[in-house]
Amino acid sequence: MTSTSNPKSKYNVVGTSPIRHDVLGRVTGKAKYGVDLRLTGMLFGKTLRSPHAHARIRKIDTSKAEAHPGVRAVVTTSDMPIVNDEVADFGETMANYRLLAELCLANGKVLYKGHAVAAVAADDIHIAEEALDLIEVEYEVLPPVLTVQQAMAEGAPLLHEVMTTRDVAARFTRGTDTGVASNIASRIVFQGGDPEAAFKNSDVVVEREFNTKMVHQGYIEPHNETAFWAPDGHLTIWTSTQGAFGVRTQISKTLGLPEAHVKVIPMEVGGGFGGKIRSYMGPTAALLSKKTGRPVKIVMNRKEVFESSGPTSGSNMRAKIGANKDGKITAAEVYLAYEAGAYPGSPVAAGASTCLSPYNLENFFVEGLDVVVNKPQVSAYRAPGSPGAALAVETVIDEVAEKLGIDPIDFRLKNATKEGDRQVSGVVFPRIGCVEVEEAIKNSDHYNTPLEGKNRGRGTAMGWWFNGGNASTAMVTVNSDGTVGLVTGSVDLAGTRTAISMQVAEVLGITPDEIYPSVGDTDSIGWTGPSGGSRTTFSTGIAAIQATNLVLDEMKKRAALLWETQPDDVTFENNSFISNKNSEDTISFKDLAGKLMGTGGPVSASSTSNPTQVGSAFGGHICDVEVDTDTGKVTVLRYTALQDVGQAAHQSYCESQVQGGAVQGIGWALNEEYYYTDDGTMANSTFLDYRMPTTLDLPMIDTILVEVPNPGHPFGIRGVGEVPIVPPLAAVANAIADAIGVRLTELPMNPGSILAALKDKK
Amino acid sequence: MADKIHVKTNINGNDIDFLCEPRQSLLEVLRDNLDMTGTKEGCGDGNCGACTVFLDGRIVDSCLVLAVEVDGKSVSTIEGVADVDKLHPVQEAFLEHAALQCGICTPGFIMASKALLEREPDADEGRIRLWLAGNLCRCTGYDKIIRAVQSAGETMQGN
Ligand code: FES
Ligand code: FES
Repeated sequence: MTSTSNPKSKYNVVGTSPIRHDVLGRVTGKAKYGVDLRLTGMLFGKTLRSPHAHARIRKIDTSKAEAHPGVRAVVTTSDMPIVNDEVADFGETMANYRLLAELCLANGKVLYKGHAVAAVAADDIHIAEEALDLIEVEYEVLPPVLTVQQAMAEGAPLLHEVMTTRDVAARFTRGTDTGVASNIASRIVFQGGDPEAAFKNSDVVVEREFNTKMVHQGYIEPHNETAFWAPDGHLTIWTSTQGAFGVRTQISKTLGLPEAHVKVIPMEVGGGFGGKIRSYMGPTAALLSKKTGRPVKIVMNRKEVFESSGPTSGSNMRAKIGANKDGKITAAEVYLAYEAGAYPGSPVAAGASTCLSPYNLENFFVEGLDVVVNKPQVSAYRAPGSPGAALAVETVIDEVAEKLGIDPIDFRLKNATKEGDRQVSGVVFPRIGCVEVEEAIKNSDHYNTPLEGKNRGRGTAMGWWFNGGNASTAMVTVNSDGTVGLVTGSVDLAGTRTAISMQVAEVLGITPDEIYPSVGDTDSIGWTGPSGGSRTTFSTGIAAIQATNLVLDEMKKRAALLWETQPDDVTFENNSFISNKNSEDTISFKDLAGKLMGTGGPVSASSTSNPTQVGSAFGGHICDVEVDTDTGKVTVLRYTALQDVGQAAHQSYCESQVQGGAVQGIGWALNEEYYYTDDGTMANSTFLDYRMPTTLDLPMIDTILVEVPNPGHPFGIRGVGEVPIVPPLAAVANAIADAIGVRLTELPMNPGSILAALKDKK
Repeated sequence: MADKIHVKTNINGNDIDFLCEPRQSLLEVLRDNLDMTGTKEGCGDGNCGACTVFLDGRIVDSCLVLAVEVDGKSVSTIEGVADVDKLHPVQEAFLEHAALQCGICTPGFIMASKALLEREPDADEGRIRLWLAGNLCRCTGYDKIIRAVQSAGETMQGN
């Protein structure tokens, strides 16, 4: 329930739940998402996509399509400038601009079914679709590799003849070239102590192998990009993206344009979860616009979203954990091989560095492989890389606790990481809430309510995510009536306009509805990283607080002018400026706002943040299930998600983030998968067959917000959005194991695999 | 390209006529011909409910209805749900209960919930979950949506 007060919060505004500034438009159908854009003279674009998972393109003949009535232009890779190799940090993943150009229009080879080969602009969408059938492409079909095991097998067909494996020492580095041609793009290793010896001296050792499939973020709004290349050479792109500046860079690099000649206007976004950071059709729409002189809009259909955008990796994993009778973990060993899809860049490094974080370990060995396969190139998906790895570690942890006869939360508490402990990556933990979350689980009503009934079980699991920092820009403007304008470069995916306004309101002592927040385009606000990595409320919030403080500094000067004193003698508290010299000299923020024109002119300020003290976060979930042993169907009976959110910024939307992430995880655990046939065709590319959770599949999702303030933010805010997808895969698997006494090690745990597991048990 | 067909219909209380091709869906005509983009497209094949509208008082997925089929019928869309200065109780409840994040699913959920509550304002959680199972939301996990619909039902019963 939204409310404007929260007795638990020590702040006036931060921690409450005001109604969002932007929701009125969303409940009335007025909000403009990228798909809703319509420009004068606009043409409709459509992409021709490869029917093969792996093939060489011998010839493309577009002449018949070009002659089709109503078709205005056709483009292929030959219209694309030559793009050089250059690797850059692209939100939560790394990317090479040459490969991004090839992703937008295949060059010589198609690497997955659905790879873009050509595109058409026509008077309407149906004509564009007809024209696709008229483009003749001659392919030399090659054998595809569809799993990491196939890709790494002796003599496997290579996707990229020139690619060699790189040895990587840390996340976000390119690593050193081993010179070995292979489908393994990179290998990352973290090690400490002597795990081998420690395993030998352990009372209990459990080792298991896991396999998971690709899954999709599943946002309801398909990808869309509209481009207009003006006669003066300036290109404008309107798109539903998580980050306008990243799209600008990608487009300027792939089209060889100066960044100043590209303007990206971020539209409202109908869900992203990491999948809407990269541009898939922007360069193509731009080239079509250049050829026609008219705006061109391209929207994916659902099949294209599944086959041609960026899902997250399927994987092959092993986890081995040892412990002693006293409940201390002796050693851990984790092997992760992640599908990158067609181009390097799976989130395996993130999986490798997060999966053991809930535990303070002396002896460990973690190895991660980034493996290319003939499937769409993966993109970020909510805590990318972490949920799969957590499935492996957290189910083995559960089994070790079971073997030791210790309560799984007590076992975790005994080994929990605390401030000052070292992660496997070598980074030292700042103030974190691992213990607090585990204790909250132990104290929760859910954990203390016995679960009774046949074939019912309870599972718990922990998860951790770094959370992002990254740079943001915010601009604060004081209006003459005391209201405030706020512009940031952060795309608002789910209420960040308001969560950031609340921080400004807190500083100024006003209400959030006295602030009007908007999202700027790339020409109107400074560089801002994408809304991803759970960074926006945190990092853009800091930029907004800094800009607000700059505004207050300037207003102190104005007050000093009025009172003929020095700015240093003016303080601001409780929404008023006060003179330290004369207690009668006081003026409210609003009244001073009305006097700005007479005291030197308007006041506004911009600030950029690039925070380093990012508050990472732990979550812990409790899941109760019932398994129907006749049908194999798993019903989630009760679910509680606990999370250290730092100081909650917006109470309701913190809860909603946690609920949404948990449910995506439940879907991943139980039903979702890219189902491939041997030739590399995704056989279930509709929402009917790619089965995401519906209202009927779920109970209410209870949340418990544990608030351990982040010292790196003025109000203690941590990122919230990603952690909640990390524990569910393992929490559900542990619950199923508790219910039927079988440990499933393959996702999804759908009725078919449950029945198979029950049969094997007999 | 087939000849265009003249369709006379009523949308949100206004008599409207338009020309369309036989292959165009109602969803496409609403969005592309009539510029009523409040109704959303998530899948185009009847599996997400983002395009839910009323056709002669019954909810349908407008992506599965051909535009020519609405000749002589009446259509209501999300644009017609609120009065000029007053939201419908379902819309109000979605605001109050934070029942949306990105909001792309929201028009569909509001139309479907309104259809349910106009008949059964006292629908309980199970009934609401069954009724809304054709509408996908990927952001919220549904918890707050269900609570919003329950609360709107209470308002509509005059509680
Ligand atoms: S767009 Fe009609 S049901 Fe999805
Ligand atoms: S709020 Fe985003 S899909 Fe429902």
